[in-house]
This record gives sequence, structure tokens and C-alpha cells, in this order.
Amino acid sequence: MTLIKTQIGRRAFIKNTSLAGGGLVLGFSFFNACKPKVAEAVAMELEMPEEWYEMNGYLKIGDNGVVTIMSPNPEIGQNVRTSMPMIVADELEIDWKNVVVEQAPLNTNLYSWQVAGGSRSISSSWQNLRMAGATARHMLKEAAAQAWQVPASEITAIAGVLTHEASGNSAGYGEMASAAAQIEVPEEVELKENSEFSIIGTSRKNVDGKKIVTGKPLFGIDVQREGMLIAALVHPPAFGKRLKSFDAEEAKQMPGIRDVFSLKLYDDDFDKMAFHFTAFNEVVVVVGESTWQVFQAKKALNIEWEDAPDTTQNLTMFGNAMEVKHPAGMENSGGHTEQLRELIARNAKVSRRDGNPEQAFKDADKIIERSYSCPFLAHNTMEPMNFFANVTEDHAELLGPTQTPEWMEPAVAERLGLPLEKVDIQMTRQGGGFGRRLYGHFMVEVAAISQRMKAPVKLMYTREDDMSQGIYRPSYYATYRAALDADNNLIGFHVKAGGIPESPLFANRFPAGAIDNYLAEDFTVDTNITTGAFRAPRSNFIAGAEQSFLDELAEVMGKDPIDFRLELLKRAEENPVGSPESNDYDASRYAGVLELVREKANWGQADTGVSRGVSAYFCHQSYVAQVLDIVMENDTPVVQKVTAAIDCGIVINPDAATNLSEGGAVDGIGHAMYSGLTFKDGSPEQTNFDRYRLIRHSEAPKAIETHFVKSDIDPTGMGEPPFPPIMGALANALYKATGRRYYHQPFITDRPPLIG
Amino acid sequence: MALFNLKINGKSQEVDVDPSTPLLWVLRDHLQMVGTKYGCGIAQCGACTIHLNGTATRSCMLTVAMVGNSEVTTIEGLSENGDHPVQKAWLEVDVPQCGYCQAGQIMTAAALLEQNPNPTDEEIEMAMNGNICRCGTYVRIKKAVKMAAENNS
Repeated sequence: MTLIKTQIGRRAFIKNTSLAGGGLVLGFSFFNACKPKVAEAVAMELEMPEEWYEMNGYLKIGDNGVVTIMSPNPEIGQNVRTSMPMIVADELEIDWKNVVVEQAPLNTNLYSWQVAGGSRSISSSWQNLRMAGATARHMLKEAAAQAWQVPASEITAIAGVLTHEASGNSAGYGEMASAAAQIEVPEEVELKENSEFSIIGTSRKNVDGKKIVTGKPLFGIDVQREGMLIAALVHPPAFGKRLKSFDAEEAKQMPGIRDVFSLKLYDDDFDKMAFHFTAFNEVVVVVGESTWQVFQAKKALNIEWEDAPDTTQNLTMFGNAMEVKHPAGMENSGGHTEQLRELIARNAKVSRRDGNPEQAFKDADKIIERSYSCPFLAHNTMEPMNFFANVTEDHAELLGPTQTPEWMEPAVAERLGLPLEKVDIQMTRQGGGFGRRLYGHFMVEVAAISQRMKAPVKLMYTREDDMSQGIYRPSYYATYRAALDADNNLIGFHVKAGGIPESPLFANRFPAGAIDNYLAEDFTVDTNITTGAFRAPRSNFIAGAEQSFLDELAEVMGKDPIDFRLELLKRAEENPVGSPESNDYDASRYAGVLELVREKANWGQADTGVSRGVSAYFCHQSYVAQVLDIVMENDTPVVQKVTAAIDCGIVINPDAATNLSEGGAVDGIGHAMYSGLTFKDGSPEQTNFDRYRLIRHSEAPKAIETHFVKSDIDPTGMGEPPFPPIMGALANALYKATGRRYYHQPFITDRPPLIG
Repeated sequence: MALFNLKINGKSQEVDVDPSTPLLWVLRDHLQMVGTKYGCGIAQCGACTIHLNGTATRSCMLTVAMVGNSEVTTIEGLSENGDHPVQKAWLEVDVPQCGYCQAGQIMTAAALLEQNPNPTDEEIEMAMNGNICRCGTYVRIKKAVKMAAENNS
């Protein structure tokens, strides 16, 4: 039996009475605010109850047994809107077909980590979600026990039905909901054993599926409101430029245009959190009646830009101070490459040193050295940045796509001069995130615009705006060296990695801990190009580089690439170098996914004409190994199949997790193969999908097979981990197919990139 | 500004807009039909795909003045109850991740199957290449198109 306290940390459940009639209880359906019950009933094909009874902040039960479960986290395509309520429903012990899901608003009193970041939605709320369901189940049993005058311990709850066998009593949850809502919240409740799960671990379809395929309003960009104006921004055309002056006379005369003004986002002394980061603090705003009119008026503006001086953004990241320096000047991709190459040749900051790596390289019979690089990337969510705000004198309502509502709320409040409790943030379904919507400057922008216009406003970025003022994936560079003795034993390992403006190095990840003489160094280069988190930050480069190098190393050593990795992992498990805590991966789970993928892909038994590459990586507490098969057709590599083995602990929704595995593989192949953002005189050279290459249908693998390690370990990350390793598997398979190693992304050009 | 009488999903709709306005924005801003999505504005991503006299067409570069008497079908009008074979297959395969591009994908797929009820894998890829899915659901999209073709035959 697992007992769990119903209060975790400072986040306590609020008794239903304190919230009765509140906005949360009634839920929020922004598109059908007047008749949410009808809309939901149609969508879910469920009969709605006459009365709802709130059990806690996560769920309410209708008098007919229908249950509404709140999904607290931002939905960016990782499917938490289905999988998080599944966890509540399982502990509640309700039939999934009687569940209606609602997006919860930002509520820091009720929920924790309302963030789509770090692949942590499930893992950080796993206990809370279970507690919410189990608490309600307990209260329903107590209510039945009181009604029937029998011990609660003798009552069973199965699929929404309470039964007391001895007395022959039975009642649906709906019948007991009213009484249950009055039961005192217990101090602790009993959770199910993993073996008792009936919803967790079973595939359930996307709760928004029907709305998606019928084109119902779901996304931030779909928000409509009476009297709503549309706003768009014009930002400097290059990093390193800033606004000098503008002439809006012509634009203001255009039909439908209400106003044109400049907007300074943050005061210089504003205490920024890392996610308040922004590319351009001062922009020109056009406000009008319709999107097309506003987009046209942007082009009619005459704006003068000037060179910006050196600037610094002082940020805090969970209490730690960070200083981001932006040197003056217009940067070029060619210059970036030169900078990285120059720095890689110099000494860098030592992040980890085991044994005597310098001596090992001196003693080496053979030294293998290879360098890898990748370009900047734009996130390119299919739904461009947008947000809605309606700011009045004493209240701000914000609605739209954000990965970090909790962290943006203080910035919005500060900018508006309103207390935090006067700012309400609601989340829509989001047309992709990939890290871009962690940086919610657009929320502050739209709030400030709405305040000035005294009207509801939807801010819309064009695709060009979105791509040319991003918070990009940094450009990285890494050099790996291996020292081999005369018998081809690996006696030393050295990685030196850097980036603009951050290093991609994880010094304590594999193969650290598996090699006696190990050196990891890194360095950074300042830039005025704004960068940030992009799906699996840093891992999204270093995994592919490391796994390509290990492949090449195995070949030189005459070993099978999987056997070679397993040998290293065996060493790390049995006799790790460094203290056990210094290596931040579990060698046995790492080996587990490699062994599983070896078996499932029939490694070593590929058909003639099929070239295979393997890769494995650990990040976000999960382990992924992938085998990628290539066949050459008309001198073009075609990815025939990807086989993935994943250990992410307990899998909540297997088919949805499989979808993420497939998407991660396609995303990784696409970016490694085709994508890149280059700069000329501070301006991105790709600003739309005509020049920015994203992977398309015919370039995707023909088949992807995913296998999960059966596990009783609490869930770990799933959104990001399938993405980084595939780049290594791709490079390694390409080598087998073409006889050439691929070091520099995007592989399709396979030249040291970024040379202008 | 000018008056346009459009035939959308079998209904007549009058709008008063600038003739250069793309059909996409007429649908989204003026008719509150937001199922058709904005992705790039230059006919490169396919998120805005509609049917113009049955042919898959990017509505972001099709001005309202060019529509004339053509029959426009949007995702909202593809079927009455969301039960077009392509929509049903999309649900059965549970294709979407973020879901943003899927209306455009479905419209392209539905037009393809109308013209070619039993496409080969290569024909599916060629027809769908103009529709980007940033989440990478391509494998499921192809599966759903094939399922719709089979269920329809």
C-alpha cells in the first residue's frame, strides 16, 4: 500500500467550498463562454450534468457521473492535455469515456510547474495528479460509507461505481458527488499499486482530436473577441540595430489602421527573469482592424534604424544571476565559424578531468581527432507567435500560447503597473513550442498594446517576424579526441566544445565515468543574436557529435558499435571513474535501451543494400537508442526505417508516446539533414519556408518502430529525449551508405557550414 | 474596399474587403472560420489549404478578387459531422501532435483521394510534400491517407 500526504510542500488542496462558484469551478471555455456545457457535450458526445461538484482543484464530478478533469500544463503537442488527466482518472477510478478535459488557467495556488519545459510536465506532476484522483476516490467512498452506514474500507470503487458487496448497496459517482464534496479532505490517501492501473499504460486518443480534424477554434491565433483589434510589430532588420526614428504618416492613412507607435518593452532597470529575454526591446507597433490591413501597413512605414552599442541583459534563472552580453556590430556566419575555430584551438575552461589525460595522449600510439558543428536554428512553430490581451484600468486578461505562464505573469504585471493578482492568464492549445514559447515577450508586448489602446488586442507575428527575431538554437562546435595504445585500447578521451553564446557540453554524461583518463573543456562566444532553449537544449547537438565520434572510434578499434558502447557502459556500471554521483546517468538503463534496440532491429542481420547506424543518448532522465536504416536510391539516401528503444519509466499513454518518438526522429533527421539559419550583416538570410528548409513528407522515414522498456520507475521525460540521438544514427548510417563521414550540419550541404 | 459574394461550403457569403485581401484572412478575420490556418503567407507550408472547385489550393496567396464564382470548401465544410473518410482515418490513427497543420494536411489529402482514390506511397508523398508538419507526424499522415483510401474503396 502506498500512502501519500495530500499536501505536498506549500501547495495545498483548497476545500471545494472556498472555490464554489469561482471561475475555476465553472471552467473556462473561451470560445463558447456563454454555453460551455453544450459545446463540450457535442464535442465529447457526452450528456452534461445539471450540477457539478468540485472535489479539488483538479476535478469536479457531475450529478450524472461525468467527470471534468483539469489539465494544468501548456499543451504544445506533447499531448499532456490527454495524458495528465489520464493519471487523475486512473486514481479516481473512472471510466475514461466519462471524462471531459478542460485546460486549467494559470493558478499558482493550485498547481505546480505549469510549464512546458524540460520534458517535466508528467514527472513533476505525477504525484499531484495521482493524489488528486485518489483523494476524490477516498471522499466518494467516505460519502458512500456514511450514506450506507458501513465501513469505507469495505467499499470498492470500480469504473465510477461504488459498491458495498455485503449490504448489496451500489451507487454511481454522480449520486455520491454532492455528499462527497462535503467530506473533509483526508490527511493522506492510498494510491494504487502500479499493477492496479487501468488507464495509465493504455493508449487513449487525443482528447482534442475531433476538434482538430474539424477545424474548431483551439489555438491562440484563433481567438476572436467583440471589438478586438489586431496588432503587429516591426523590429530592427538586423541584430545589432535599434530604432532611431519612424514616419508613420502614410501607414496611418491606410484603411483600417487605428494607430502606429513605438513600444519600449522593459525599463532598463527591470529585474528580468531568464524567460523575459527578448531580441529587441524597442519596436514599432501597428494596430488596426484586421490582420491583412495591419500586415500591409507595416510595409508602408518609413523607419530609420541605427547601430546599437554594446548591451547587457541581466537576468536571473531560478535565483542565479546571469549576465548576457551583446557586443555591438553586425555579425556574419562566416565570422562565427572563424571565431569558433580560433577558440577551439586554444585552452578552454576545464569542466572535468579524470586521471591523467595529457599523459595518455602523450603515450598514445594513435590519436583520432574529429570536429563537429551545427548552425543556428529557428524554432519555426507552425503557429507563429501571437497572444491576446484585454487590459482595463484594474485588470488584465491574457489568453494564448505560452510555455511559461507562471514565469511571464510578473513581467506582464510589472509592465502594466498592476498587482500580480489582477493579471489572469489562460492557455490555448499551442501550434508547437519546441522552446520558443518559453520566452513570452509577446505577452508583455500585447498587454502593453492593449493597455495603450484601451481595447482587446490580438498580437500577430508574420512568419518573417517570427523567424527573423527569434530566440534561436545556438550554433555549436565540438572537437573530440581519443588516445589509443598499440593494441587499440582506448586510453584517453578528450572533448572540447563551445558555442555562440553557450557551450553544449555535459561534462558528466557518458562516456564520462567509463574512461580512466578523461578531459572535458568548454568555451563560449558572446553574440548579439538572441538564443535560448530549443528542444533538448545542448543535447540536440552534442548527442549527435558524440555518437558519431564513438561510431568512428569503434570502427578504428575494430569493434561493433553497440558492443563498444556496451563495454564502456559495463565499465561505468561496475567500476565507474569518479564518484558514483559524478556521473549523471544510470549505466544499466543506458545499456538496457541499446540491448533492446539491438534485439528489435535485428542488428547485424540487415538486408543487402541497407546501411545502418546506431546511436544512444541520455537526457531529461530518459534513455533512447535508435537504429536508422538507409537505402540509396538514385544516389540519394532514403531513410527506410528507424527502430527506437526508449526507457522513460512508466509510459502513461503508449500510442501518444510512440507519436512523440516518431516526431522526435523526424525532427532530428530534418534538422540535421536540411535546416540552418545563417546571418549576413546581422540579418537572418532565411526568413520564410522558401529559403529555410524543413523536412517534408517524402524525406521522412518510411517506417518508425518504437519499443518501450517495461518499467515500474516513475515517469521521466518523453518530449525531448527521442530528438537528440537520431542525428548520430543518421550520420553513422550515412557513412555506411556513402563511405563518407558527416561532421557538419546540415548534412545536405556537408561543408563546414556558416561560411558566407 | 469592395463587395464580394463568395460561395463557401455551399453557402453564399458576402464580405466587404480590399480586393487584395487573401481568402485566408477573409475566412479567418471576416467570416470567423478559423480552421484554415496561417503558417507562412507565401504558399510554402500548406497550413492554409482549402479546396477551390475541388482542387487543393493555398488560400494565403489567393486574393478574394480571384475567387470569383468558384466553390470554396474549407475544413469546416469538408463534411457535415466531421465524418469524411480522411477525418475518420485521422482520428483512428490519432495523427496530430500540436495539431496546427492538420486541417491543411487533411484538405490536401481529401483532394488527392478525390482525384486518385488509390494512390501509391510515392503519389501520397508527392501530393503531401507542400504541407509541412513541424512535429513530424508524416508517418502517421501517410498511414491515415492509406486507411482513408482503403475504407473508401
